[in-house]
Amino acid sequence: MSSAHSIEIESLSKSYQLGLKVRGGQIREQLIQFLRDSFGGRRRRRETIWALRDLTFSVPEGEVVGIIGRNGAGKSTLLKILSRITYPTAGSIRVRGRVASLLEVGTGFHEELTGRENIYLNGSILGMRRREIERRFDEIVEFSGVSQFIDTPIKHFSSGMRLRLGFAVAAHLDPDVLIVDEVLAVGDAGFQKKCLSAMEGLRSGGRTVLFVSHNMAAVENLCSRGLWIDGGRLRLDGTAKEVIKAYLSSYASDSGTQSLQVEGRTGSGEVRFTGIELLSHEGTQAAVIQSGDGLLLRMHYRAERLVTHPGFSLRLLTDMGTLITETSTVLQGLSIASIGPGGGHLDLEIATLNLVPGRYALLFSVVSVDDERVLDGDVRVLLDVEPSAAYGTAQLNSRFGIVYFPQRWKSPVSAESNAAAAGKRLPGVASG
Amino acid sequence: MVNPHASPEIPGVSLLPRAAPSVRRWDEHAEPEGVVRELWVYRELLFFLSWRDIKVRYRQTFLGVSWALIQPLLTMAIFTVLFGRVANLPTDGVPRPLFYFSALVPWLYISNAVSNASMSFVSNANLITKIYFPRIMLPAAVVVSGLLDFLIGSLLLVGFIIYYRVSLGWSLLLWPALVLQMFVLALGLGMFLSALNIRFRDVKYAVPFLMQLWLFVTPVIYPTSMIPARFQGLLAVNPAGGLVEAFRHLLIPSVPMRWNLLGISALTTAVVFLLGFAFFRKTERAFADII
Repeated sequence: MSSAHSIEIESLSKSYQLGLKVRGGQIREQLIQFLRDSFGGRRRRRETIWALRDLTFSVPEGEVVGIIGRNGAGKSTLLKILSRITYPTAGSIRVRGRVASLLEVGTGFHEELTGRENIYLNGSILGMRRREIERRFDEIVEFSGVSQFIDTPIKHFSSGMRLRLGFAVAAHLDPDVLIVDEVLAVGDAGFQKKCLSAMEGLRSGGRTVLFVSHNMAAVENLCSRGLWIDGGRLRLDGTAKEVIKAYLSSYASDSGTQSLQVEGRTGSGEVRFTGIELLSHEGTQAAVIQSGDGLLLRMHYRAERLVTHPGFSLRLLTDMGTLITETSTVLQGLSIASIGPGGGHLDLEIATLNLVPGRYALLFSVVSVDDERVLDGDVRVLLDVEPSAAYGTAQLNSRFGIVYFPQRWKSPVSAESNAAAAGKRLPGVASG
Repeated sequence: MVNPHASPEIPGVSLLPRAAPSVRRWDEHAEPEGVVRELWVYRELLFFLSWRDIKVRYRQTFLGVSWALIQPLLTMAIFTVLFGRVANLPTDGVPRPLFYFSALVPWLYISNAVSNASMSFVSNANLITKIYFPRIMLPAAVVVSGLLDFLIGSLLLVGFIIYYRVSLGWSLLLWPALVLQMFVLALGLGMFLSALNIRFRDVKYAVPFLMQLWLFVTPVIYPTSMIPARFQGLLAVNPAGGLVEAFRHLLIPSVPMRWNLLGISALTTAVVFLLGFAFFRKTERAFADII
């Protein structure tokens, strides 16, 4: 290990156990599960998903690395491990120097506290010293552009103001290693520009930066090196330009097939899923899947022999393992006479994906309808749903539940005053 | 660029203190001294989180900080009437308001600090899933911020002392040690319950109920002397028992200090703290995955 490396990652793996985490778990449920297990009842199998698999790379000091990959490829998990929020299942990580991670802007903001108080609180949560915050306080306030409201509780701030305040604090961190998630996805064009130029400043300052984005132009402009993560594995490591090129051309050729998680797969193997494509409504590649998007799931399979009356099914689970919905060709009344031998595909169209942003799992299965045998079961794909404007304010997150319904609020008061009040009523992105 | 503010105590670099000071790795368990050092590095965060707790607690309340007085004073008044006048429980010959108030100040601290600390992770879930800092800071900040109410209550107690013309003895020197024990006890239980609450949200419902039961086995309403001598040792197994009684003794030198009871309660406090800390350390890494 050379001393010039600021990040060293060796055979890093992270698995999640679906169903192990019961949100708001109650002792009663766990007891019932325990009794059921011990009395030989139907054992609930733990679903394991590998978010990262045997990842090895290192980053020299001062390099700016863009991490790209499809939805659910493991990028966010990698950032969370690097930020020490979650711990790897196997492997090791070494990071040299002071790390600042921005997975969210304005982490720890408190509604009741003023802008000034929140700068101190947020700064110290991000690892700044009090003296440091004091020294740079005026700069931070000026950068945020909310100086006249600095002594107002931020519950009266609009979401844009919170975002600017949060980013102003983050931009004045002085880290050796900066880890940035897709914070640029929110905010208006002017704000995004400001963020990009702040990151540009970090780059020229010789800091090591890890940057996850779906914005290829931003990655190409800012980063010297690119890492393409696919199905939890490192697929390509090279200059940002060539990695982006390979990544984008993979969309054209093998058309965005998600890497399948084959561990834990069940079934006789007469039919095997060979790939799942997450496509937009029009059948084109979807780089980002947002709340409220239409979605086309294309299931590629290969049948070893002629299979009569196959039934395809899909289960959608939260990352806690809660079943959200299950659907199948049988339930929908679609009868398939036969498939194979050979390959083919089947499409499932979802008109509106009304899930709140967050991580979900898709489990695909094929059965033989006639004798109910499982041919290929529990093939897993991760689905990361990103925030969108579908909900008006783009402030929806997992704290607001799992699904949302297409809806409209109506008020006899004029639309304008309604919009003005909206910023006050809803908790902001920044505090979310 | 070399960071001009970089120093060995900057956050995030402190897990491997000896061999390679600027390298941190997670595939090894941090040494205990690493933990202590990290807490030192993040001490300002503890300050800011406690400060936030205090600010937020009384913001937008009409009576503000006077709540810190109202709670023990009203409880004392009710106890004086109900357990004193009506039930006529003995108070070791001490004026009743003084008897109840001197025990209520530490008891309410423990009860409030433990209840609030048990919710500290669940109500700050967004912090845990978005940023790293020593997780222990959250329950610790609650336990620290509760000390403000305790100090306000103690000041009021000084008023009582003057009013009742209590002559204080040398035993008052023991006060800082008792405060320390009280703090350690609340932190130990707070760490345990807050970590447990991440997996079992039952904690939220169980804690208020357990606090009520705990009050009944703690000599707040009654003096230890009322308990048959052979059960007194058992009572002191309750770490708050010997502690509350000792707090009372500081003001009332006529009541003999029960050193053996205080000793047992100090011992159980240490056990509670160590178990709480061990449980916390063991579950800490999975917090962000489970919460």
